[in-house]
Amino acid sequence: MSGAADIGDLYQRLIMERARAPLHAGRPERFDAEAEGDNPMCGDRVHLRLSCAAGAIGEVWHETRGCAICIASADLMADAVAGRPRAAAEEMAGAFEAMVASGAVPDRAEFSALRALSGVHEYRSRHRCATLPWQALRAALTKTMETGHGG
Amino acid sequence: MSAAIEQPGFDIARIRADFPILSQSVHGRKLVFLDSGASAQKPRAVIHAMVRSMETRYANVHRGLHWLSERASDDYEAARDKVASFLNAAREEIVFVRNATEGINLVAATFGRSALRPGDAVVVSEMEHHANLVPWQMLRESHGIELRIVKITDSGELDFADLERQFADGRVRLLAITHMSNVLGTYTPVERLAAFAHERGARLLLDGAQAVVHRAVDVRAIDADFYVFSGHKLYGPSGIGVLFGKRELLDAMPPFLGGGDMIRSVSYEKSTWAEPPYRFEAGTPAIVEAVGLAAAIDYVNAIGFPAIAAHERALTDHALATLDAIGGVNVVGRAQDRGGVVAFTMDGVHAHDVATLLDKQGIAVRAGHHCAEPLTRRLGLDSTARATFGVYTTMEEIDALAAGLRRVQQVFGG
Ligand SMILES: Cc1ncc(COP(=O)(O)O)c(C=O)c1O
Repeated sequence: MSGAADIGDLYQRLIMERARAPLHAGRPERFDAEAEGDNPMCGDRVHLRLSCAAGAIGEVWHETRGCAICIASADLMADAVAGRPRAAAEEMAGAFEAMVASGAVPDRAEFSALRALSGVHEYRSRHRCATLPWQALRAALTKTMETGHGG
Repeated sequence: MSAAIEQPGFDIARIRADFPILSQSVHGRKLVFLDSGASAQKPRAVIHAMVRSMETRYANVHRGLHWLSERASDDYEAARDKVASFLNAAREEIVFVRNATEGINLVAATFGRSALRPGDAVVVSEMEHHANLVPWQMLRESHGIELRIVKITDSGELDFADLERQFADGRVRLLAITHMSNVLGTYTPVERLAAFAHERGARLLLDGAQAVVHRAVDVRAIDADFYVFSGHKLYGPSGIGVLFGKRELLDAMPPFLGGGDMIRSVSYEKSTWAEPPYRFEAGTPAIVEAVGLAAAIDYVNAIGFPAIAAHERALTDHALATLDAIGGVNVVGRAQDRGGVVAFTMDGVHAHDVATLLDKQGIAVRAGHHCAEPLTRRLGLDSTARATFGVYTTMEEIDALAAGLRRVQQVFGG
């Protein structure tokens, strides 16, 4: 019988670490925008809250109820978009979704950690688990526009 | 090990050889298919019957005056006879639909709107598939019925004390309930439910989507008013299902869909309806699929329900004992009378991750809320993984599941 490693290639160490002990989980006392993403197919749910200033994202917090892929994706996203201008974050959302759809990793520095999730490409039924946090991010950013936060 | 308690006369190797798909590999591993509860695999007898129908006996039914149409009509109506004797019903009481879901929707839309009045109540249980919940919610919106939910106990059985309470005001006209839960594996005591409902002036609809695969069903002995099931879970094709309705009930029901085949006469002023079951079969039906369903019924009858039930009981006992022996794996549902549907959680690992990691080992299970979201919530869970068994499931496959789960725990550092 072969070891656990060959069946667990999707579950790289970074994903497991963030799923077990996310760095950005929780609910801040103050925030500027929030949004929820859910997948009615399976019940995964991501609640995002973020601070913004001068057209850029400050910090991102998430409360995620879901699988390891979904939690890790939310947490790595929070790392990746912190401090970025709104438009840049939206562009990254598109690039992330394209990576999951194609399996090809964008050749750019912001994806050095996010690339851990490119393996999800092989598991079509799990794509939504990885992209759900990004969908919630888009929704939250749209709200910052409406409420005038983020300038 | 426990394979030794296989039933005499139940030749599992021969049965498995009847299902071409089972010899496949998935991700380079031998396929272990434990998702028959979602849809079962098809034996060669079903596949061949459908091919033969299309190759030699196919035309539209009830319409042509030619030889082929007569053959196709004969086969389609022979399938109805087959289903009628399978359920111990009369042929006029068997309506072909697409699946169990459509059968329940048909009853809600026709019986629901003609026999139920605004203010009448329909009772369903906490362990229903969405197919036996949402149509009644829709009827509540459109027709003003009241929908009541009867509780289940923590072991996953129907709570009869609560059932008494739900019926107490005498307004319940229909009890619509599953015959076997697709999450908990619980069989409901259907004869008792029929007597209970009838004593209180209510009708009984049973969702037999799961039960019909595992047990012989006699709608007369049960005294069910309506019974629905899907062909695809019974080793037959998708696209065909069955609604049984007692004759006097079907007679009084208006049509479901309008169109060809369901009318007696049509003029611009008025059309009159055909007799049941044709009144409820508008348009060209699933002809080849009906032939496939008849072949599937022949297939399970040839094995015999006593043998099927004994096989699945042995599998279920083995599965419960095996999964209980793995620390951190928790089976949900502990009903006394339960069958080959075993849902479980794993401590610290989401059901999706369990399913993906099992899939990598060639083991197919389902994960999620299994179209029973309120039940999953009632259990205090977001999702479960679920293994379901069929005639072709082996003891070794259960052992493979257990070994697979231990490896999932390894990946997650357990
Ligand atoms: C108990 C139960 N009821 C109803 C259904 C619906 O069956 P179908 O999707 O074939 O209509 C299912 C299957 O998913 C089921 O398990």
